[in-house]
Amino acid sequence: MIDISESVMQFLLAFLLVGPLLGAAAALLPAPPGLRGRSPDQAVLRHGVTVTGAVLVAAIVLALGFDHDQPSKMQATTDISWIPALDVRIHLGTDGISLPLLVLTALLTFLSALHTYFKPPAGPSPKAFVALLLVLESGTLAAFAVLDLILFFLAFEMVLIPMYFLIARWGGEGRAEAAWKFVLYTLLGSVVMLLGLLLIGIKAGTFDMVALATDNGRSLTVSVQIIAVLAIGIGLAVKTPMWPLHSWLPDAHTAAPTVGSVLLAGVLLKMGTYGFVRILLPAAPDGFRTFAPYLAAFAVVGIIYGSLACLALAKEGAKGDLKRLIAYSSVGHMGFVLLGIATMTPTGVNGALFANIAHGLITGLLFFLVGALKDRTGTVDLDALSRLSSGLRSATSGSAVPGRLPAGAALYGRAPRLGGLLAFAAVASLGLPGLAGFWGEMLALFGAFDPAAGLSRPAFLVFMSIGAFGTLLTAAYLLVVVRRVCMGAPPEQAPALTDVRGHEFAAWTPLVVLTVVTGLWPGALIGLTDPAVQQLLTGGTR
Amino acid sequence: MSSLVQSVDWLAIAPPVVAALVGLAVLVADLFLGEARKPLLGWLAVSGLAAATLMLLPLLDADRSTFCLVGDPGVCSYTADRFTLVIQFLVLGGALLTALLSVTVLKDADKRIPEGEYWFLLLSSVAGAALLPASRDLATLVVALEVASLPAFALVGLRHGDRKSSEAALKFFLSSVTATAVSLLGISFVYAATGTLHLTLVAERVQTVDGQLHTLAQTGVVLTLVGFAFKTAAVPFHFWVPDTYVGAPLSIAAYLSVIGKAVGFTGLILVTVVALPSYAEVWGPALAALAALTMTVGNVGALAQQATRAYSAVRLLAWSSVGQAGYLLVPIAAAAYSGDAEKSIGSTLAYALMYGAVNLGAFAVAALVGRTKTLNRVSDYRGLYASGPLTALLMAFFLLCLAGLPPGIIGLFAKVTVFSAAVDAGLGWLAVVMAVNVVIALVYYLRWTALLFRTPDGEPAVHRVPVPLTGALVLTGVLGIALSGAPQLILRLTGTGLF
Repeated sequence: MIDISESVMQFLLAFLLVGPLLGAAAALLPAPPGLRGRSPDQAVLRHGVTVTGAVLVAAIVLALGFDHDQPSKMQATTDISWIPALDVRIHLGTDGISLPLLVLTALLTFLSALHTYFKPPAGPSPKAFVALLLVLESGTLAAFAVLDLILFFLAFEMVLIPMYFLIARWGGEGRAEAAWKFVLYTLLGSVVMLLGLLLIGIKAGTFDMVALATDNGRSLTVSVQIIAVLAIGIGLAVKTPMWPLHSWLPDAHTAAPTVGSVLLAGVLLKMGTYGFVRILLPAAPDGFRTFAPYLAAFAVVGIIYGSLACLALAKEGAKGDLKRLIAYSSVGHMGFVLLGIATMTPTGVNGALFANIAHGLITGLLFFLVGALKDRTGTVDLDALSRLSSGLRSATSGSAVPGRLPAGAALYGRAPRLGGLLAFAAVASLGLPGLAGFWGEMLALFGAFDPAAGLSRPAFLVFMSIGAFGTLLTAAYLLVVVRRVCMGAPPEQAPALTDVRGHEFAAWTPLVVLTVVTGLWPGALIGLTDPAVQQLLTGGTR
Repeated sequence: MSSLVQSVDWLAIAPPVVAALVGLAVLVADLFLGEARKPLLGWLAVSGLAAATLMLLPLLDADRSTFCLVGDPGVCSYTADRFTLVIQFLVLGGALLTALLSVTVLKDADKRIPEGEYWFLLLSSVAGAALLPASRDLATLVVALEVASLPAFALVGLRHGDRKSSEAALKFFLSSVTATAVSLLGISFVYAATGTLHLTLVAERVQTVDGQLHTLAQTGVVLTLVGFAFKTAAVPFHFWVPDTYVGAPLSIAAYLSVIGKAVGFTGLILVTVVALPSYAEVWGPALAALAALTMTVGNVGALAQQATRAYSAVRLLAWSSVGQAGYLLVPIAAAAYSGDAEKSIGSTLAYALMYGAVNLGAFAVAALVGRTKTLNRVSDYRGLYASGPLTALLMAFFLLCLAGLPPGIIGLFAKVTVFSAAVDAGLGWLAVVMAVNVVIALVYYLRWTALLFRTPDGEPAVHRVPVPLTGALVLTGVLGIALSGAPQLILRLTGTGLF
């Protein structure tokens, strides 16, 4: 859009990776005079906002300087030899597939830092929190920006330790166990993935993703491809997460602090699906074709399973935790993403990438909202929430008939803006046309209607219809949630709930706006991804 | 009759010789120094080891050999090639760090450990360990092995009036001597079958062994391997490790965990890859099985350690060193299957250098914590960050290097080379076993790491860090961080000719 010289672009991309790391190191040092702020805590939280803000600005400038006429071309590339012995190169670059993810990551991390600034996490000193957040940001951005298999693995591993500590030290109930589950599952997946990456690298003679994509699996035998896809696929599927490897996710989300949940759902899960698109599809297409039907089957099971789990949680008397519910809904949403990828068609893969971004925006918003709800009411237990107000109601009026009136937390009445935003996020999540959630799932299903040559069409038609049924279930549980949280008659003597505060508006508005914009103008995003996807599927990036 | 007088290349043999001479000097000086000036011995030993390490520098330009056969100058008993230099660097550098730890340990032991003997034994053992990688005949190999081990037995049992220490020494001694006897028997079989002790000649002649002697040669190979497997503490020869480490002075435990291992796997490499490449189908599967068993038993043992048990920190490091020995064996096993044995061996060397640096670093922190908390339990590390932030951060870094996770990037890449050696050789199953082990190991390393940053139980005890320990911590820390930034420094060993 604007003309920026290539060397500046290179610098910007490198800055995205190195900037947060330097920021993390600086966060641990005492603040220099002049930047001390009101207290050391405030100074370090402000430091976090500054650094993530600078990274976001860099990401936006990068996106503006990106040549939108050639989104399939790798841009802002840097290629330096790092470890010749292993043939590992610091090869960075971005194209239409990774650019939106880079911006999304920078945005969500910035909003998280902003949220933390106004609402410091309960727990040990925020100094370490900010440092870990920045390392996490660097790791996720690196995963989307590197074009070398080993560096991708490094980035994949880099997020483990920060996330572990974020959950284990600032989390809620059951955090220690949840953090362990998270780190063990992901690590087991990623070491298996490493074996697959090494297999591809050794057999093809290069770890370079661009070279591998151009080669399009021609220098790998089918059996090598099959083993590699199985190994790498397991690692990525744990991260995504794919049913039945998802069981770490609900616990991690439930226990994580708000910011942790936002980043986990909004960004970390995308590393898995991104790996499928960037590595497996182009580098080992024959192996992927073998597993595509199974992947699609697991994906639709995940869609149905996630929705059913949510329905069960949303039921009255189930003591459903709202955060847990959103986590399960993530399993369902990521099911659509995987289904889209499994079709191996441009339509499906574009849909998957679109759904990726949409899920990041919407689920990020949902977790922020639920976090705010928890701050205000002290609970996210659906039953407790609605009982709180219905109990108050019966105490005051004495005439509530259980079962007749919909028991709800009456958020519309008590904090109308918060309630409205929650309802907005819920309908966006269920895929209302005109909002971001719609296009990705529609395209993924559409791709399944006509899968790539060599894939069984009847099977995919079945998957498509099951997936479509899943959208109905999704709508059902999200509407139940809206009814139980937002609706209901406001009790007369209920303690006042603070409505949306200024800084919350600031943190959530970008997400709301982007959800609407990408929903109304999907071409902006698809125009970016489509040429790159077309090229990846047919062999290579230029 | 040709002359029997050999010309000796003194420069080539300088590193082990300097260590041995300084050892003797310490022994003599001990007689003449008063009680008050005994600490000088320590500094003499440290500078001697530093000098021995520096003696490696002039050898870098070209391979040198000495003690060659008069009739056949291509067959030598002592060779200083790249492989030798790397191991000698590991041994001497590791010994230098151990010596720095020892200065503090001896000072804190308050005369319960006799200083002169301690330093003499340590330096003798180092001289043997430095000789071992250079030896190219079986006799020198065994002599070097014994020179390295015998002083170690004494060092383990050196604490006066400590029953656990003596028991550990006896356990270590008995099992080690049995293993040596077995490997001597093996070597004699190989000698009987081939008629030579020189490794390169063995490699040639063993291929054309008389059919009748075939079984003998094969038995010899297996028995020889058993002896060296013991030194690396490979399962099932590992049982002496935890008790020995706990019973020995902490610095000696650190020494055994790095230099003891280096001795073992160097011997294994020389016997397998150099002397018996044609028997790859015998030792390949054996080593692969040994590697898988070793890492699994070691890691499960480490996992089972209870944090509140006495000496659990040292025990955990001992078990984890067994697990790490398993990783070290993987590329040696892979060398049997891959076309490029030197590349695989390079992975072992790179891994060993990484392991040496960070493991000694972890022991240095353990020595520091052990000064105030004599029981050295893992739970004593709780809240270390509050009392010594830098120490805690370094410890976290070392542990994560051992686990192979960022920010311990060098640990990660060292594991990657080992994995890639296994995958390259087609040992997929071994790679998968190792992958599972990496996850098991993560549990106890990360559990320990997390403990460092918890809020301390009581008032944080302030550790005053003595100068030698600071030196050891700084050295290992800088090494680990520099390698994390430029892994090529050690990983290039996988890409160049070693022998």
